[in-house]
Amino acid sequence: MTDTPVIAIADPLQALQRAQQGKSYWKRVWERLRQDKVTLAMAAVLAALLIMVIFAPWFTAHDPYQASVLRRLKPVGFPGHWLGTDEVGRDLWSRMVYGGRLSLLAGVMPVFLALLVGGFLGILAGYAGGIVNSAIMRLVDVLYAFPSVLLAIAITGILGAGLENTILALTIAFVPPLVRISEAVTMQSRNLDFVEAARASGAGALKILQYHILNNVLGPILVYATSLISIGIILAAGLSFLGLGVTPPSAEWGLMLNNLRQALWVDPVITALPGVMIFITSMCFNLLSDGLRQAMDVRL
Amino acid sequence: MSALLSVDGLTKHFPVRGGLLNRAKAVVQAVDDVSFEVAVGETLGIVGESGCGKSTTARLLMHLVPLDRGTISFDGKSIGAREDLSHRDLHRQMQMVFQDSYASLNPRLPVSMSIAFGPLVHGTPKSAALARAIDLLQAVGLDPLLFANRYPHELSGGQRQRINVARALALEPRLVILDEAVSALDKSIEAQVLNLLIDLKERFDLTYIFISHDLNVVRFISDRVMVMYLGKVVELGPVGRIYRDPKHPYTKALLGAMPSMDTRRRTKEAPLSGDPPNPINPPSGCRFRTRCQFAEAVCAAAPPTLEMDGNGRAVACHMLVPGSGHSLA
Amino acid sequence: MRGVPPVVSVENLRVRFTTPDATVHAVNGVSFDLERGRVLGILGESGSGKSVTLRALIGLLPPRRSHVEGRITVAGHDITAMGEAELREVRGTSIAMIFQEPMTALDPVFTIGEQIAETIVRHEGISHSEAWRRAHELLEMVQIPSASRRLKNYPHEMSGGMRQRAMIALALSCRPSVLLADEPTTALDVTVQIQIIVLLRQLQQELGMAVVFVTHDVGVAVEVADHIAVMYAGRFVETGPADSVIRSPAHPYTGGLLASTVLGAAQGQRLEAIPGAPPDMTLLPFGCSFAPRCRFADARCGLDLPPEIALASDHMARCLRVAAGEIEVTPPKLDKLRLGDAA
Repeated sequence: MTDTPVIAIADPLQALQRAQQGKSYWKRVWERLRQDKVTLAMAAVLAALLIMVIFAPWFTAHDPYQASVLRRLKPVGFPGHWLGTDEVGRDLWSRMVYGGRLSLLAGVMPVFLALLVGGFLGILAGYAGGIVNSAIMRLVDVLYAFPSVLLAIAITGILGAGLENTILALTIAFVPPLVRISEAVTMQSRNLDFVEAARASGAGALKILQYHILNNVLGPILVYATSLISIGIILAAGLSFLGLGVTPPSAEWGLMLNNLRQALWVDPVITALPGVMIFITSMCFNLLSDGLRQAMDVRL
Repeated sequence: MSALLSVDGLTKHFPVRGGLLNRAKAVVQAVDDVSFEVAVGETLGIVGESGCGKSTTARLLMHLVPLDRGTISFDGKSIGAREDLSHRDLHRQMQMVFQDSYASLNPRLPVSMSIAFGPLVHGTPKSAALARAIDLLQAVGLDPLLFANRYPHELSGGQRQRINVARALALEPRLVILDEAVSALDKSIEAQVLNLLIDLKERFDLTYIFISHDLNVVRFISDRVMVMYLGKVVELGPVGRIYRDPKHPYTKALLGAMPSMDTRRRTKEAPLSGDPPNPINPPSGCRFRTRCQFAEAVCAAAPPTLEMDGNGRAVACHMLVPGSGHSLA
Repeated sequence: MRGVPPVVSVENLRVRFTTPDATVHAVNGVSFDLERGRVLGILGESGSGKSVTLRALIGLLPPRRSHVEGRITVAGHDITAMGEAELREVRGTSIAMIFQEPMTALDPVFTIGEQIAETIVRHEGISHSEAWRRAHELLEMVQIPSASRRLKNYPHEMSGGMRQRAMIALALSCRPSVLLADEPTTALDVTVQIQIIVLLRQLQQELGMAVVFVTHDVGVAVEVADHIAVMYAGRFVETGPADSVIRSPAHPYTGGLLASTVLGAAQGQRLEAIPGAPPDMTLLPFGCSFAPRCRFADARCGLDLPPEIALASDHMARCLRVAAGEIEVTPPKLDKLRLGDAA
């Protein structure tokens, strides 16, 4: 009795078609994300937020820059300004929505740029090894020696305040950790048996990167990067709070937090509102990041 | 019988790095002056314990690790960039199946793509490569309709190892190195995969190098066997003869250490004491002398050479060379 | 040895592991008695439930996820009824366990001498210097050369075989009456494995311990065990004196296992492999769990779980067709190449 059954395929062509339509790893990740309720909820919240900030004029009734001496620090529920007004009388709701534009931009853009630069450098360092690795990693170590907050402060301090400099400073602050993690996961993957097997098939570095390294490495890097977004938002808000980021009269959550400090004894609810927005947005990105990590784990 | 693979003086030493500047502190003499041939259509078994260098030898043959000294010729052509056979061409002729069936497969690629990868990088268009993968899935006993799109974690150990075998065959090699390919499998599955290997060898005209620590399996599947100890070849020859009448003291001890299958004739005393020594700073002269009951002064003075006996057998031991200075020679 | 109460008594042991996805029925009705001074070898492949059985005997199963039914009595203690604190008293004193990986038992930050001495002091309350002397004796008993020097070694300073011996010394430090061994030689080289096997047999005879030895290697079971229990899908499918089980296997699974192992005679031909794969322990089939892979299976085999059928005194097999005399398993050809044996 044979244990290896002789397989007679009725239609090799059908099998081939099926194989070609097979889901790639990323499609599977997408499917699993779609089924994860928490991730979906977070994505919905963020999508709603995004729509609101992009199409701000549709969602707000007032001009965020319109000040009014008479209507300063009105509380929540004030007729016409449902979230109240800030210390110079501008509608808080409008400021929050328009402020979201800058806050999100200052949070997401640096991560995105750092991902491109840091991810590339890290994967290169991890795969090439040797002197290329040493050169890149030692350079990154120099930057890494500075705590990210101090680094960002130093850079904006030198270059001056403003949105572009904020983004630049945060990008520079985020590149080192992204290089580190990209290098680490690439090094790990490179030493695995299946990469050795790929080399044994005679494949060159590019093909190995394309088929074997990238799909194993991008996952952890992306997850780490999304977790940095919330840090970016908070850091940007922090920089604005310190006066080093976005400058008045622009609306930005951190800046608003700073300016509304004076109102703490008058109406603490209003003071807290920009903080609440920062909190909600950060949480959403973090949970999204978690969901992404779970979806990317092959064994679950 | 012409030699398909011919290895001469293969040597690989790994530096052990440490200290502030990562200097080489010591040297692991993983493989030292190893020479052998593999004839077309045979199965050469390589046995030995931890530190003997059999896995390193496999990696040296596959050029996954650069060698320090020695030559490798495939089908009469030597290997290297300027020589007859480039590394890339070599990989079309010689492939390897690894021990860890899970780690050998990319967990994020469907298995059909893992199989098709080899032909892909050598220029085959994707649909043709996938078609070949499907043929191979069938050849290793897995229904392509069921298995082509599966991921490694959805398969059992035996199934994964079949995939690894299919992957090795994708480039239509002539020689396949099986590095402990069945060691991690359950006995019942191991038997199935061994049967598969035998069938495939016949069907595709293959030559095998079968590396294993399991002496029973090696005896079953090999034509000739090579015994390694601490980076050196100690004995080489037809498997039946070596198992019935081993000449090297280590081979005798190795075979004697196999558990008995007879409850009435249990092992009374272990043939060797102690553990296999560290390949860093191996003993001078004959590397086995520290555990050999016949060791004498000459064994420490000079390493024995692998002497062919004209009957297809080779042994490296001073005791068997008349005039070597050993009292029993 | 009749009339002496068994030192290990297991009645209808069942172990289930519950996970959010499924329930794994790891052990499904195991019963045996083991007398003092005897060695029981449990032979099975991965997933057969052999390691789980062993861990149940010493109460080492994860408390929340595992459900244990049945009675386990070891050295007079009712293991299933004991709490963790009580079990800790019993472990090391009456029952000891050795593992496949010595670092499971050895602490990397303490020297071997300290670990053994501390165990003795904790369980027996004698002085430290007395315990240290005992540790020295133990290392000599397990044949570690230069024992006094080795007492001061850390585990990582020792070779694999020596670590295994140190673990055995630690396990035997308080003179247990029952030793549980979970594949202690699987990860060792062949020449080291046989040393440990010979050592364990010697120690077992000297100290008169009852040993339950789990392995997947038929040769190891033959070398060590007086009785062999072949385990498949959480049950014993065949038990008996080692001699009978190996020379005249009754159950088709045992026959298949032996045929896959004793390869010497089959060179050049295809092996008689057992088809299929081990069963899914979350979804065991009705009736005989081996039936899907058994070439002798017929319709009755899928209906009811075959009971333990005594074939001879002491030799049992769970197979309806064997009991009915309808089939016979070919005994393996015992072809073992060994030098120095009378041919």
